Amino acid sequence: MTATAAPSLLQAVQPFAFDAEVTGLGWLKDTAAFALADGAVALARGAESHRSAAHPDGVILVAGSDGERFVTGGDDGRLAVTGQDGSTRTLAEAKGWIDALAVHPGGSIAYATTKRVVFRDEKGREKVFDAPSTVRGLAFAPKGTRLALAHYNGATLWFPNLETKPEVLEWKGSHLDVTWSLDGRFVVTSMQENALHGWRLQPDRGHMRMSGYPAKTRSMTWSSDGAWLATSGAEAVIIWPFGSKEGPTGKPPRECGVRSARVTRVAFHPTTLIVAAAYEDGCILLIRLNDASELLIRPVVRGSGVTALAWDAKGRRLAFGCANGQAGVLTLPS
Amino acid sequence: MPDKIPVTVLTGYLGAGKTTLLNRILTEEHGKRYAVIVNEFGEIGIDNDLVVNADEEVFEMNNGCICCTVRGDLIRILDGLMKRRGKFDAIIVETTGLADPAPVAQTFFVDQDVSDAARLDAVVTVADAKWLSDRLKDAPEAKNQIAFADVIILNKIDLVSEEDLKAVEGRIRAINPYAKLHRAKNAQVPIAEVLDRKAFDLDRIIQLEPDFLEEGHHHHHDEDMQSVSFRHRGPVDPEKFMPWISDLTQREGPNILRCKGIVAFPNEDKRFVFQGVHMILDGDLQREWRADEPRESRVVFIGRDLDEDAIREGFLSCAA
Repeated sequence: MTATAAPSLLQAVQPFAFDAEVTGLGWLKDTAAFALADGAVALARGAESHRSAAHPDGVILVAGSDGERFVTGGDDGRLAVTGQDGSTRTLAEAKGWIDALAVHPGGSIAYATTKRVVFRDEKGREKVFDAPSTVRGLAFAPKGTRLALAHYNGATLWFPNLETKPEVLEWKGSHLDVTWSLDGRFVVTSMQENALHGWRLQPDRGHMRMSGYPAKTRSMTWSSDGAWLATSGAEAVIIWPFGSKEGPTGKPPRECGVRSARVTRVAFHPTTLIVAAAYEDGCILLIRLNDASELLIRPVVRGSGVTALAWDAKGRRLAFGCANGQAGVLTLPS
Repeated sequence: MPDKIPVTVLTGYLGAGKTTLLNRILTEEHGKRYAVIVNEFGEIGIDNDLVVNADEEVFEMNNGCICCTVRGDLIRILDGLMKRRGKFDAIIVETTGLADPAPVAQTFFVDQDVSDAARLDAVVTVADAKWLSDRLKDAPEAKNQIAFADVIILNKIDLVSEEDLKAVEGRIRAINPYAKLHRAKNAQVPIAEVLDRKAFDLDRIIQLEPDFLEEGHHHHHDEDMQSVSFRHRGPVDPEKFMPWISDLTQREGPNILRCKGIVAFPNEDKRFVFQGVHMILDGDLQREWRADEPRESRVVFIGRDLDEDAIREGFLSCAA
């Protein structure tokens, strides 16, 4: 089925047009927060949007939300927080670009500037860890007490508030993004070599190699039941089964949303087995996992590849942002 | 698809005058905006330009190719810089004096995101006219930088005699006869000779003739680094040539720093042009042979301890 043949929800999308590439996205209750390459955060609610100058002299490289605060890291070396009311302030400053970030719903934040990782708890107390090489990706374990750091030749698991020695998970190559399964049993990284690598932490130690992508995977999302990991990097959404205790080892992934364009962003719905898939040609689909049925959210838009995609906490709205500053919010019909 | 951003790699041994050249490029009136990737914030930084600090994080690709090293930091920085697309016209990467240019160059071939957004324009090496001969003896890095270069600025010529200058040029030519060589004082060379060279553009590899500024160079062979070139006055058989060049670069890749070639295939009106960095090869059928051009095949290798006879024999056995 081609994208244009799919039934659509095009009418349910409120479009926005910003001045710069959308580099990140998060939700502050019913407000979508868009991080922009011109340093601004655009807050969109209903049909209205307002800009906050979060990084007046910089580019926002990374963004995340804990539901109350929209946290952004920039090439100005600043970590800024923007609230739903548009107020913005500097939370921390670093020497160099802040280009890796993780925000836990409980309010703690971790960010990295090359090798240096700073953990900042909800009260603002900081702990610092220097990784063996540049940290490209950060992810909190579900409880928020432990961090996974992706770097060259593997990942490091770090308890910022414990004296225990960080645990090193080795695998040769350069690791980019990292994610932690919802039950905490698996850590998965995306790699420079167009593959994913997974480590099983319980009950036994094991490696999982997930390869065959034509491009780097830069977006990963877990289904709400934790049984599936959907990924970008191919001309389809590649979905790995993590429902059993051994993970995807020996099992083929599922493929859905097959099109002749690469998937750039993926986002699982927070409560149902529906995944939003966004493509380099601007198209966005909603795909139901059990029957692979598709709904068109955005048609192909030339020069407007999708760069950011996120559901709100309840799964009623889906926001997206694109390379040319176009953006939108889908509200699902009730 | 917007134009790819050109990237110039500036190398040179410690003290050769890299930073002087960089400052000259940045201060000259050219109406262009540069993003400059440096290893230490030195005495550079013009308001108009964007300066990014890099840390030369070289890593090996996990793809079974032993010499395939890339600059991980460069991949990361270019990813970030591309979000500022439109705010600068070109990128200059200054390497440290001891750096091997290969990982920088390989980054542009190996990483898809980088090669989609940017193109390697040229490797420019600044060399110290007074000290280069000594460095070629004791510093393998200096030799790599000369061997790898598309453009060589022989700097500080005011500090040596014409005779010494000829001697050092002879040494450079023994290693790399194909680079454009410029003599300079205080790194004063026309900017057009440094930037926008398109040295890695297959369409610009027009001919593979040595660049001699003047006649009368007497060649002395460098002890371990050299260039070898072979010509076959006719086409080669692609069924033999492609496996041969691929096998040679896989086997000898660690020793081959650069290679280039223009070859003719039978019953093919287009020239096949290739270039390579260590084990990485890039080649394509390019423009048609002109009526006045002899349809011949020519290959050039610059490297260390190359077995000239074996390469010649292998190449000539590909004759169609």
